[in-house]
Amino acid sequence: MNSTVYSWKSFLHETGDITRFAGRFFKELLQPRYEFAEFLRQSFYIGYRSLPLVGITAFIMGLVITIQSRPTLVEFGAEAWLPKMVSVSLVREIAPVISALICAGKIGSSIGAELGSMKVTEQIDAMEVSGTNPFKFLVVTRVLATTLTIPILAVLADAISLYGAYLGANIRGVVSWDLYWNQVFDTLVYADVVPSILKTFFFGFAIGIIGCYKGFYSIKGTEGVGRSANSAVVISSLLVFVIDLIVVQVTDILQLT
Amino acid sequence: MLAQPAYETKAADSREAVIRIRGLNKAFGGNHVLRDFNLDLYRGENVVVLGKSGSGKSVLIKCIIGLIEPDSGSIRVLGQEITDLSHAELDRIRAKVGFLFQSNALYDSMTVRENLQFPLRRHWIEKGNMDEDALIREALNSVGLSHTIDMMPSELSGGMRKRIALARTLILKPDIILYDEPTTGLDPITGKEIIGLINDIHAKYNTSSLIISHDMNCVRMTSARIAMLIDGRCYAEGPYDELRASADKNVKQFFA
Repeated sequence: MNSTVYSWKSFLHETGDITRFAGRFFKELLQPRYEFAEFLRQSFYIGYRSLPLVGITAFIMGLVITIQSRPTLVEFGAEAWLPKMVSVSLVREIAPVISALICAGKIGSSIGAELGSMKVTEQIDAMEVSGTNPFKFLVVTRVLATTLTIPILAVLADAISLYGAYLGANIRGVVSWDLYWNQVFDTLVYADVVPSILKTFFFGFAIGIIGCYKGFYSIKGTEGVGRSANSAVVISSLLVFVIDLIVVQVTDILQLT
Repeated sequence: MLAQPAYETKAADSREAVIRIRGLNKAFGGNHVLRDFNLDLYRGENVVVLGKSGSGKSVLIKCIIGLIEPDSGSIRVLGQEITDLSHAELDRIRAKVGFLFQSNALYDSMTVRENLQFPLRRHWIEKGNMDEDALIREALNSVGLSHTIDMMPSELSGGMRKRIALARTLILKPDIILYDEPTTGLDPITGKEIIGLINDIHAKYNTSSLIISHDMNCVRMTSARIAMLIDGRCYAEGPYDELRASADKNVKQFFA
């Protein structure tokens, strides 16, 4: 009983701390000085360097979903619906969520470990002594970079997964390039695309803020660095699903489904 | 126990105190690390704060640079009360105070050149126009490592990293340098090289230095004056030979 109460208490404490941390992000975001060069550098590392991994995963997901969906549709004589069905599931759900999960693993852990290591080796203190606001230089730039680059990665993942789905559709059947893309674009509407892109901004923000929070407040030396990286991945992955659930509920209430 | 150093009489000292600490207190929970701590560092002087591990030496030095906020007391650095300063004012003071971290704190993701550029560019406004490259080369020359300019910190040995950190500390030509355990983790030969560098820098730039250490070699070779930090207080202070001859058991234990 006591341990349950303690767990809840520490959970609420941590939630409060993360909320305050996020609040500080917005406050520091608006105040000069702006670390534009560091933001661009982080966008390159976070966005561009994650593209191969996100691209390959998206391509495989598109291919696999199509190959696995085909037999069921054939059974019902609805093979022609394959591009329609696959495109909606890929664009609305699979490509953004898988991209976000890949980024939670790759970027969340790297931010958590990098900032954690900087914390235990006094690099964050050294930055402050050098006349730099470490929160602005390290946290604001990284969170902004994840918030803005993960949506771009998700859009690219949409396109690559749809291409994978096209190849998947042609492994056992025959669908022409024009017919496939006509069916895809006839099926997809703004209500499919816009919420799916919007939610990736929240995914990016959550991944950045959790990675930075865990790294920035890393304790217990090198052991703490590993723990920061690990918990950054676990919490941000969980948050991706929670945000996804909330977005699905909101779009359902607004009848955008 | 020795009588605590009489700081009120020293207030009338004609020398200029670049750091003046009075009644400093800092506790972490129930652990009182600093209790009514007093210390003066005069211009051009080397003072070593000597104490056991965990005695609060690093906390003291971080309070001086504004990285840790004290619970009470006064810290005046170059005539300014650190505890009252805004962030911008504190940054202006920090441009005049170098800090050599115990772990060197070199930025892993940056080359040696970028590590040295970092404080320069951050304090650009205060320092005005500068020949950045010349300053970097001068700082690296002064620690004898100009050939490492394009290397990453991970490619350097422990002693080299310490020297690069020292070059980064020097690059803004500070009035005061705070050294946090400068020889910890180094072999005796490299340790002696670092001690030699500290003395060279002191002689060349006439900096005032506050050195935190428990390495008696470093204490003996760098200090004009030693302040002993015991139980959070400045327990005793004086030149090395004077303290070494002390009959007080708390003082003697460091020289055994």
